[in-house]
Amino acid sequence: MPENTARRTLDGAVDFVLEVGTEEIPARFLPAAIEQLEARGRALFEESLLGAKDIVAYATPRRLVLLVAGVAQRQVDREADVKGPAKKAAFDAEGRPTKAAEGFAKSQGVDPADLVVKAVAGGEYVFAHKHVAGRAAEDVLGEALPKLITSLEWPKLMRWGDHDLRFVRPVKWLLALYRGTVVQFSLDGVTSGRTTLGHRFLHPEALSVATAADYLAVARVGQVIVDPAERRAQIIAQLRALATKAGGKAIEDPDLLTEVTHLVEYPTALIGRFAPEYLQLPADVLITSMKHHQRFFPVLDDQGRLAPLFITVRNGDDYALDVVRAGNEKVLRARLADAKFFYDDDLKRPLADRVAELDRVAFQERLGTMGDKTRRLEALTADILGLAHRPLVETVRRAAHLAKADLVTSMVKEFPELQGRMGQVYAEKSGEPAEVAVAVGEQYRPAFAGDEVPSTVAGKVLALADKVDTLAAAFGIGLVPTGSQDPYGLRRAAQGVVAILLAADFRLSLGQLIDRAFSHLGDLAAKAAEGRPALMDFLRARLTNAMAEAGLRYDVIEATLAAGFDDPARAFERARALASVRDEEAFADVVTAFTRAANLAGKTAAVRPVDPALFEHDAERRLLEAYESVAAEALVMENDGRYTAFLRELSKLRPAVDAFFDAVMVMVDDQRVRENRLNLLRSVSGLATRVADLSKLVAAPAAKA
Amino acid sequence: MRGENTVVGKQRALTFQEVFLTLSQFWQDRGCLIGQPYDVEKGAGTMNPMSFFRVIGPEPWRVAYVEPSRRPVDARYGENPNRFYQHHQFQVILKPSPDDVQELYLQSLAALGIDAKRHDIRFVEDNWEAPTLGAAGTGWEVWLDGMEISQFTYFQQVGGFEARPVSVEMTYGLERLTGYLQDKENLFDIIWVDDLTYGDVFKRAEYEHSAYSFEVADVKTLTTLYDLYEAEAKRTLEQGLILPAYDFVLKCSHTFNVLEARGAISVTERTGYLGRIRALARACAQAWLKRREEMGFPLIGKFRTAAAPTATPAATPAAAKAAPSVEGGKARA
Repeated sequence: MPENTARRTLDGAVDFVLEVGTEEIPARFLPAAIEQLEARGRALFEESLLGAKDIVAYATPRRLVLLVAGVAQRQVDREADVKGPAKKAAFDAEGRPTKAAEGFAKSQGVDPADLVVKAVAGGEYVFAHKHVAGRAAEDVLGEALPKLITSLEWPKLMRWGDHDLRFVRPVKWLLALYRGTVVQFSLDGVTSGRTTLGHRFLHPEALSVATAADYLAVARVGQVIVDPAERRAQIIAQLRALATKAGGKAIEDPDLLTEVTHLVEYPTALIGRFAPEYLQLPADVLITSMKHHQRFFPVLDDQGRLAPLFITVRNGDDYALDVVRAGNEKVLRARLADAKFFYDDDLKRPLADRVAELDRVAFQERLGTMGDKTRRLEALTADILGLAHRPLVETVRRAAHLAKADLVTSMVKEFPELQGRMGQVYAEKSGEPAEVAVAVGEQYRPAFAGDEVPSTVAGKVLALADKVDTLAAAFGIGLVPTGSQDPYGLRRAAQGVVAILLAADFRLSLGQLIDRAFSHLGDLAAKAAEGRPALMDFLRARLTNAMAEAGLRYDVIEATLAAGFDDPARAFERARALASVRDEEAFADVVTAFTRAANLAGKTAAVRPVDPALFEHDAERRLLEAYESVAAEALVMENDGRYTAFLRELSKLRPAVDAFFDAVMVMVDDQRVRENRLNLLRSVSGLATRVADLSKLVAAPAAKA
Repeated sequence: MRGENTVVGKQRALTFQEVFLTLSQFWQDRGCLIGQPYDVEKGAGTMNPMSFFRVIGPEPWRVAYVEPSRRPVDARYGENPNRFYQHHQFQVILKPSPDDVQELYLQSLAALGIDAKRHDIRFVEDNWEAPTLGAAGTGWEVWLDGMEISQFTYFQQVGGFEARPVSVEMTYGLERLTGYLQDKENLFDIIWVDDLTYGDVFKRAEYEHSAYSFEVADVKTLTTLYDLYEAEAKRTLEQGLILPAYDFVLKCSHTFNVLEARGAISVTERTGYLGRIRALARACAQAWLKRREEMGFPLIGKFRTAAAPTATPAATPAAAKAAPSVEGGKARA
């Protein structure tokens, strides 16, 4: 979630403040809510004709805040033409105003005789010309604010009590001030005022705010730090001070920092300890126990190893901090004791013994069990090695067999996010070869944007098989992600497939890989393969993204992918080569020539070899000779992956193509001659499309005179 | 706060039974009727008919009671200091949810001797969902110095119906809460009263129920019972007897939980079993709403005393309670 972490203060004196007091809003909703409130607040002030020099939105768990500077006291007076009925409905045959026109004039407070007719899009209409007096800011805002508040979008809404309003959490109070005046409105029974509440525990009493400009200072009296950036900065400073004092360094996970920032209104960090014996647990277990469950920051010692310390952030001040520390230590102690119990218990049996239990664990509804998935992984990893012309290695087979076994360990049942990581640890402890353990540990990579692909070949093969199987299975039963909906993480899986194939030092056909994956789906296989076109499109889209992220232009990507992407790594190289030559001046002419050839070649009725006996022009013969000579060279270059050289080689054909079009009329009446010429052009353009469909390139802007 | 009862200053910490007696008194003073545990096994206090049915429809309701909650998969033979086959929830339902319900809740913690200023009390998002009851809600888990002590839920949907008005459910995990108050590392060491510990009362039961759930339960018998209970629930419901039918739904649910702990339910079967319970629970909920409507929603207008504002604006913070099981306040099956 993007979050502006820089502190923002308002440019100018605060003229307006809105505070929506609520019960605790989920921390994960707040970053987006702040952005929305600011954007919609800005739009509101633009539409309100009150102006706004600057706007900023803040939030805490218990309040949403909008501050605005430079708000006019009144809207400016203005002249307005208000549209009424159509002319033909407004006047009768004698040109007198109808009842409709009179009613309209009355509603606008003008004399019917003063209505004017104007032509607008859609015909002629009567208009009332009137002077509109600007309204006071309080009045305009009082009307607009309820809509602003209810227009905010949240991932989840709720109702409470017998209220009708749906909001993210119950609304407790509303504060709205224009300078010193309350902006009057109400929302589902809550009426606006100048009262705010302080921190729930540090300052439970109500506080009165005299003017909008006083708001932030009053909130501070209430021991509420309204600006999340300020809370975050305080948390970071406190984390560092505590860690440094303890001779270590806190792991400053940005997502955790964001979450903690939105769990508190007044942060006070404290450091706690746990028994060093727990350091025997795998680091991931300790970190997960601390971070995910308790929102604690783990601390590293000066060697970069986990220290038996944690830092947590209290929502409050430092009063009785020892009580809070002791409580948090106790909770962590119980969690670590549990984790140690799970760990010791899991180690009582070798990992391989658990594989049979996978038949009891669901993969996905309609898609069988993890046992089924394991058997598919064993088959598909073998397929991948075959397609990649690699010998079947025992490492891969074993890793596939063990891949999912950690799902039935106590630790992973308790901490699902440790899947794979625990598999690696338990494989090692069970005496499996190190490379098997590493492959098991790497199978879920890349797990998020920017995550690395598996480092080993076995890891890559297993990770690829896992993702391709998931995709084939899901697409096979029609679970195609739409819009932002992607409950099964299929986009991430497809991105992973692309990333692994781009990074792998083995090559294989993506199409064949997908076919194999479908073939292993058992009873589903025949039906599932209907999902193939959608899956290939889906993978193509992920490859497009990967190329775009690498800075390739969209038309280069399209031209390349239109010529095929069965080997994504090679497609990437083709695209890079095309990008490197496409802006060369000379290449523009090559593109023109080949596009012209390709356009005509598309009219070929029947594909057959070119017959020199049918040539009528020297230009035809010369084009064929040039083609044969260029093709011989180019195909070697293509085979070697020298795509830039290939494209340069193509340009040698341009004079012959141009000469051909200058001298030869292709679409003649004699069908045999015509077809022969079309087939010649088809050969020529077909050579280019081994690398790219040049007709998809957008002409480069004529930069040079 | 170790070694002595620093939580409550000079006083000694409350015993286990003082905790639920204090909570009962507190909620009685706020207009709740004090219910009793319902005598059919269940995974959560929400499944007690005093909650499940009463949150459906327009009639007001206020109740508080202790509910033993059985979760066979959480059984640990009495060896794990924090996880039990059976733990105890203190369940409160307020319908409609009052506007000051968070303050009321915090006052109840204060009544237990928890001074909010000395602790760190948080309301951390946790949405509750019990698909088998067709129920879902939004809310929080309440943290006391990092420990989850209560589940706090605004019911949005029950039995497949949109909840209007909305009820709020507060579920205190009594063992965890008392363990915190008494500063016990092992919940079996909680003082129940005088010289009796929680372990004196329940340790052997934990062992026996664990052994039964994991080793002894006869799969064939239980599978047959499930089918019989289901059939009886259907037949009874067809006779228009909702509450007896619902008893058999609860029995189905608990039987399923034991079978699951026993490792007797395959993936494909699981969905089927849960779907059958869900269908029955929904049918009961629908029949209940219809019946209450026919009866003219007789409780409308009741609980008038309770509806008057009870809370003072300033909350005294405090915290306490942990649902001993992973999912405090969440219903299983």
